[in-house]
Amino acid sequence: MDFKKYNPLENKIYQVLNHKGEVVNKDDIPSLNNDQLVYLYKMMLYTRIIDDKALSYQRQGRMLTYAPNTGQEAAQIGSAYAMDKDDWLVPAFRELGAWLVRGVPLKNIYLYWYGNEWGSHMPEGVKVLPVSVPIASQMQHATGIGMANNIKGEESVVVAYVGDGGTSHGDFHEALNFAAVFKSPVVFIIQNNQYAISTSRKIQTISENLAQKAVAYGLPGIVVDGNDMFAVYNATKEAIDRARNGQGPTLIEAYTYRLGAHTTSDDPTKYRDDKEVEEWREKDPFIRFRKYLVDNNVLDENWEVETKTNLEKEVMETFESIENNSDTEILDIFKYHYEKMTPQLQEQYDDYMSFLEGGK
Amino acid sequence: MANTLNIIQAINQALMVEMKNDKTIVVYGEDVGIEGGVFRATVDLQKTYGKERVFDTPLAESAIVGTAIGMAINGLKPVVEMQFSGFSYPAFNQIISHVARMRNRSRGQYNLPMVIRAPYGGGIRALEHHSESTEALYSQIPGLKVVIPSTPYDAKGLLISALRDPDPVLFWEPKRIYRAFKQEIPEEAYEIPIGKAKVINEGKDITVVSWGAMIPDVQKALKLIEKENVSVELIDLRTIAPIDRETIAQSVKKTGRFLVVHEAPKTLGVGAELISIVNEKAFLSLEAPPTRLTGFDTTFPLPRGEKHYIPSPERIAKTIMDIVKY
Repeated sequence: MDFKKYNPLENKIYQVLNHKGEVVNKDDIPSLNNDQLVYLYKMMLYTRIIDDKALSYQRQGRMLTYAPNTGQEAAQIGSAYAMDKDDWLVPAFRELGAWLVRGVPLKNIYLYWYGNEWGSHMPEGVKVLPVSVPIASQMQHATGIGMANNIKGEESVVVAYVGDGGTSHGDFHEALNFAAVFKSPVVFIIQNNQYAISTSRKIQTISENLAQKAVAYGLPGIVVDGNDMFAVYNATKEAIDRARNGQGPTLIEAYTYRLGAHTTSDDPTKYRDDKEVEEWREKDPFIRFRKYLVDNNVLDENWEVETKTNLEKEVMETFESIENNSDTEILDIFKYHYEKMTPQLQEQYDDYMSFLEGGK
Repeated sequence: MANTLNIIQAINQALMVEMKNDKTIVVYGEDVGIEGGVFRATVDLQKTYGKERVFDTPLAESAIVGTAIGMAINGLKPVVEMQFSGFSYPAFNQIISHVARMRNRSRGQYNLPMVIRAPYGGGIRALEHHSESTEALYSQIPGLKVVIPSTPYDAKGLLISALRDPDPVLFWEPKRIYRAFKQEIPEEAYEIPIGKAKVINEGKDITVVSWGAMIPDVQKALKLIEKENVSVELIDLRTIAPIDRETIAQSVKKTGRFLVVHEAPKTLGVGAELISIVNEKAFLSLEAPPTRLTGFDTTFPLPRGEKHYIPSPERIAKTIMDIVKY
C-alpha cells in the first residue's frame, strides 16, 4: 500500500473491504494464508464472547465496571497482528483484541477489570504495558520506549493506542512531536470510535479528520476504515516497517464506532440516536470479515459452531476461576511501592495486621 | 583523591563519574546538552558522553518525564531536568499518575529507575515561577522519593545513591547555595544513603531540623546566639520522602524541644508532618510546643519582596530563643 495515495489533508480513507465484505482494493488483499485468516476470525469471536460474558456478569452484579470493545475488533486485532514478537504494545484501556493477539491471557484481563492489580502483571515475554487511565498520557511512554530502542540499537518497535478524545490532550501532541524529533519507532493508533464517553468526536476538533494532526509534526498520517481488518492490518504493517527501518513514527486513525457503551456505567441512548447506531451496525467489522471468509471458502461453519462453544466454555471457566479467588493480599497493597518497604509503610502494615488479629 | 567543589560542581561530578560506571544513564531536558544546563549542572556531559546519551529536547516538561518513563521501562536510566521546580507542573500528571505508580500498578513488573532533577527555592532574585519550594507537593505521593542536599559532599553522594536506586527519585537542588561555598570531597564515586538524616551539630537543649538552602541560614542563626548558652542539635533532613523518623525522635527525646525551619509555605507543609512525628514518637519528652518557622502561605514574592519571605537568621535565632525560654 502507498500512504501517499491517502493524504489526510484530502480527507481520503483507506479501505480494502467495504462494509458488505466486498473487495474494493484488490491489489491490497494481504498475503495471509487460510490459517492466519481463520486465526483473525477466531480472535474476533473470542473478543465478542469475552465482551458479552463480561456485560452479562456485570448485569448480574458479578463484575465491576467494564469497558466493552464491540465494534472495534478489526481496529484492535488487525493492528496488533501486524506486530512482531519483540514489539511493544502500549494500550489505553479499550484494547481487548490487541491484548489477546499479543498474548495477554484472558485471566489477566478479567482480573484487572475485576479489581486486582495482578491483572496488569504480564507473563514473562509479553511486552504489553498496563492499562493507562489518564487520557493520552501513555503516548509519551511509547515514545520513550522507542527512544530507548534507538539509543540501545534495538530493532523492536512500539504500537500505542489512544482514543479520539485523547487527541485533544497535550500529552498526545507532545508525544507525537518528541517521537518525530527523535525518530522514535512508534506507530500511534487512534481508535476513533466517535465518542469520548458522551462527547462527540465533532466537539474534540474542527479538523476534518484526526490523522491530519500528524502533518504539523512532520510525520505521515493516514485515515483507515477501522472496521476493515485488511485496511488496518496493511496500514499498521507499513507503518511498523517504516519504524523498523529507521524512518520514525506514523499516526494512523482507525475510523470505527463503539457499538456499546463507554463503560457499563453509562447509557449511550442519552447521547446518540438509534438511527446512527443502526447505520454503524451495518458496518460491523465482524459481519464484514465473516462474509469475506465465507465468500472465499475459508470458513468452515462446523468449525465455527464448535469453536464458539469451546471459547464460551473457556471464557466462563476463566471468569469463574477468578471470581471467588481474587481478593487482594493485604501485604501486596504495601509492598510494591518501592523495592523495599519504607519504615513508614512497614509500620502501617504491622499496625493494620495487628488490628485485624485483635491486638492493639 | 580529593577535590574542592561547590554544590553545582559536585552534582556535575556525580553525573560525570556515574555515567562512566553505568552506560544505561541518559541525561536530557531543556538546555542540558550543548549549554550544559542554565545553572551548568550538566556542563561537558554531552562533550564527554555524546549526543546519544546527553541531549536537548523540545520544551515540554510532560513529555520529558513521560518519555523517561518509557525509557526506564525499556532498560535505561534517564536523568531528566526540570529547569526550575516551578516549571515541573506540566509534568505533574506524569509524575503522580505514572512515575509514582508503575511499580505498584504492575505488581513489581516495571520499576522505574529514574531521577528527576530540579533547582528549587528562592533567594536568587529571579522572575515569577523560579523560586518555588515544591517538596511537600511531591512528598505526599506514595511511590516517590524526594531528596534535597545542602552541601557539596551530600549533593554528590546523594545523587549517586539516587542514580543507583531502583525506584524514581526527585532530586531537588537548593539553587540559592549552588555556589555559596566549596568543600573538599572525594573525586571518586561514593554513596550517601537516601532516607537518612544527618546530625550536623549535637546538642541537648533544642532540636532544629531543616534542609537545603535553609541549613546555612540556621547555622548563621546559631552564630547569632552563640553567647546565649543554648545547646542546639541541628539536623539536616536530606531526604524529605521517606522521612528519617528515628533520628528526629531520638533527638527530641534528648532535647525536649523542636523547631523545623523550611522555605516552603507553612500550612500542610513538611514541617506539619515533622511535628506529627515528634508528637507521635516523643510526646512525653516535650518541654515546649513543637514549632514551625517557614515561608508564608503566600505566593513567593518577586525579588523586591523575597527577603521578607525566607526566614532570616535573625528570625530563626529569635524563634529558637523563644522556644528555649518557653
